[in-house]
Amino acid sequence: MEVTAGWYMLLAAGLFAIGAVGLLVRRNALIMFMSIELMLNSVNLTFVAAGRELGLLEGQLAVLFVMVVAAAEVTVGLAIIVAVFRYRSSADVDDLAELKG
Amino acid sequence: MVSAIWLVIAFPLAGAVLLLAFGKRIGEPWSGWIASSTMGAAFVVGLTAAAGLVDGSQHPETVDLFEWIPGLGVNASILWDPLSATMVLVVTGVGALIHVYSIGYMHGDPGYGRYFAYLNLFAASMLVLVLADNYGFLFLGWELVGLCSYLLISFWFEKPSAAAAGKKAFVVNRIGDFGFIIAMMIIFATFGTLSYATVFTEAPVLLSEGTATAITLLLLVGAAGKSAQLPLYVWLPDAMEGPTPVSALIHAATMVTAGVYLVARSAALFQLAPFSAGTVATVGALTAVFAAVIAIGQKDIKRVLAYSTISQLGYMFMGVGAGAYVAGVFHLMTHAFFKALLFMGAGSVIHAMRGEQNMERMGGLRKAMPWTFITMVVAWLAIIGIPPFAGFWSKDEILAFTFDKGGGYLALWVIGLITAGLTAFYMSRMMFLTFWGKPRWAEGEDPHESPATMVVPLVALASLTVVGGLVNTPLRLTLEHFLEPAFEQFHVVLPHEGSLAELTVLALVVLVVVVIGAVWAYFRYLREPVPAETGVTWDRLENGFYVDDFYGATIVLPGKKVAEVAAFDVDTKVIDGAVDGVGRGVKGASGRLRPLQNGLVRSYAAGVLLGAVGLLVWLLARGAF
Amino acid sequence: MNAELVVFIIFAVAALAGAFVLVMARNPVYSAMGLLMTMFSMAVFYILNEAPFIAAVQVLIYAGAVMTLFLFVIMFIGVDRSFDPKETIPFQRPIAIVLGVGLFILLALAAQGVWVTGQSLFAGEALGTIENVSDELFGNWLLPFEATVLLLTIAAVGTVALARFEISEPRPVIEVVTPDDEDDVSPEPDAASPEPDAAPAASSDEAPSAGEEG
Repeated sequence: MEVTAGWYMLLAAGLFAIGAVGLLVRRNALIMFMSIELMLNSVNLTFVAAGRELGLLEGQLAVLFVMVVAAAEVTVGLAIIVAVFRYRSSADVDDLAELKG
Repeated sequence: MVSAIWLVIAFPLAGAVLLLAFGKRIGEPWSGWIASSTMGAAFVVGLTAAAGLVDGSQHPETVDLFEWIPGLGVNASILWDPLSATMVLVVTGVGALIHVYSIGYMHGDPGYGRYFAYLNLFAASMLVLVLADNYGFLFLGWELVGLCSYLLISFWFEKPSAAAAGKKAFVVNRIGDFGFIIAMMIIFATFGTLSYATVFTEAPVLLSEGTATAITLLLLVGAAGKSAQLPLYVWLPDAMEGPTPVSALIHAATMVTAGVYLVARSAALFQLAPFSAGTVATVGALTAVFAAVIAIGQKDIKRVLAYSTISQLGYMFMGVGAGAYVAGVFHLMTHAFFKALLFMGAGSVIHAMRGEQNMERMGGLRKAMPWTFITMVVAWLAIIGIPPFAGFWSKDEILAFTFDKGGGYLALWVIGLITAGLTAFYMSRMMFLTFWGKPRWAEGEDPHESPATMVVPLVALASLTVVGGLVNTPLRLTLEHFLEPAFEQFHVVLPHEGSLAELTVLALVVLVVVVIGAVWAYFRYLREPVPAETGVTWDRLENGFYVDDFYGATIVLPGKKVAEVAAFDVDTKVIDGAVDGVGRGVKGASGRLRPLQNGLVRSYAAGVLLGAVGLLVWLLARGAF
Repeated sequence: MNAELVVFIIFAVAALAGAFVLVMARNPVYSAMGLLMTMFSMAVFYILNEAPFIAAVQVLIYAGAVMTLFLFVIMFIGVDRSFDPKETIPFQRPIAIVLGVGLFILLALAAQGVWVTGQSLFAGEALGTIENVSDELFGNWLLPFEATVLLLTIAAVGTVALARFEISEPRPVIEVVTPDDEDDVSPEPDAASPEPDAAPAASSDEAPSAGEEG
């Protein structure tokens, strides 16, 4: 049995779903952030698999850019979380409900 | 000169515009003189232009001013023919005299400038009406005179009764206009245009008797509204709320004659619908007698004259209904003279009595106001039909033609005869109560003659009343010959004059009836004390057989109820309720949606995920993959 | 039964296990570890898909820098925070699970439609070598590359700016006020909610002094 691109993409879909569930269920800001990272990783896997299937290098280049952006996002996001933690001394996102209408 | 005939309209119109803008600043008495000069100028222009028509050197002519609604055949064009010339001369001539009279009458009134502006505007509108060469342009004038009538009746608008009277006049006129508009629609549907030239020349070909009857009956509705015939006459007695010169001009000499003019002008159509012509005559006759009866019971001097106007208009309708178009127009002309004179004389009396209009408080004024007295006597004799004054010739001519037509018209002749007697009675009553007998006015009152600006026009009109009838005696039918081309151009057949012997006999019959009426009034009212006219019958007469109350109960009251329901129930509850309901609904909905915005990131994230899943479902369902 | 299949299955299990640990662990450090394992598995997958360079980058950046940063912040914030396992938002967990499963199924369905299972087109070709990647990156994709440089610079500046705010004392936890069903929209004062604007003003006063000291 050959491992085709479809398998990778299926796996990536599963990881994405798990990441989404984690985002919705956990209240700790850091764990939510890590779930987002998991989702980004699954997308990267999809790109690479697709690139291999089609024989295009653009798949991998996309992954490169995604990684760069994710790194930048992590940097800034963690800085924000730290700043918020300083105000509230709590990393529970449910405490950040000031935009309640 | 004919090509400049538009000046006839332009002069009073310019006067109106000028006075509307600057009337207050110009003030007394120059506003009055400006207004009167425009009328005088218009009269001169009309006279000059008519000169050619008199000796027959000029034929009826159309003068185009500008295109207005070509698709309807409605342009601002003037038809200058003997009929319109006659009307123009009456309107401008009598109108100018009334303008001069008003200068004195309206002295001291704060609305002086406004008054003359409206009067001039009215004159311009009436001239448009009579000069138009198509129904559309005529209707413009028609509506405008209605507007000016409203403005002038409720001139003293702070008085609630005056404001109400103006409204009543306008609304009742509107009912007539409704008929007129539908008639115009049918005309347009049949002929494709509203222009007289086309309509009248092609009428014999294109109109079936049924259509002609429909059109003419609807035109009668319009004419009845404007000329205060049954059943749309109720506005005219109330219109006496306006200043007396207004009553003289609009409700005696000009506006109310618009209906008669309309029928005369549409003679070509009425010729094709004998049933409508008969209806016109019948309506006229019945109105004449009905109004005459009511006039007997009136105590207000102006109301007597108002009902008298309605009655005399009935005569005119009888005339044109019987096909005697010239006779009808002739009576229109003479009536303008003596009725304007009567109103202006009454105005002079009221002016002297400092506003008192109830004849029960007058009496013996002939010594105090000689000029007014003499001119009123002339008018009185004219209206009841004593030769050689104007009214005798015109009224008798109508009665003669009606008699000659035979058939059902004989009954109308009898009605006309009775009315002549009644007219003599109530007019004599008015004269005796006002000018003869012992003075019944309050102590300290000192009525005296009116100023020259008021008396001179009275004298002028009295002169016209004396000689005016002579333009159309059976011996010298000047007016008839003058007006013939106006009707011949549209192939209208005018009836033949009866033999001289027949006319004399008929005239004598009428004269006998008239004298009986006058003498009866003499014996009843020329004694002391004057009979007190109270009691159920007199009240019924005075209140016009309660027709107004009848209309009020059957038409006005339900209308008011509908308006109240619409305003307070429908508008407040339903429409406002709907709008408020929308607001409440939005508020309620937003209140219920507010919990969605709980400020929690995770529930927002759940929303995003839900949307993503939904999108995928939709895409998959569409087979995008 | 070939090598790729075996490797795939082993590391797929590892990735999934790591993901589950991430989502379900109470201790944030455990979650970070789980994510780490998933990332290593990703790297292996990249190698299997002929992207060696990307695999190296993944290990260097994600597993090396990003996770380190995460762990650092977890330590900073405090690992021993005990969590209240009760869910505050009603129905959140069931909804999340339903949506997650739904999402997976839908994506699986979507993926099936396009791909033809079977042999891959370019089996055996060396695709993601450093030479190839650099040729493309600095050739056709130079502009996006420079843009990412800009992005990183901005991120660094932003982080430094965020880090400069200091506050005098920690503020208490604020309770979540559930909305009432009233018509009036009058803002309800929270239990204890000092103005957020006061604090930055206070902290920015202190910041220059902190900078001077530091």
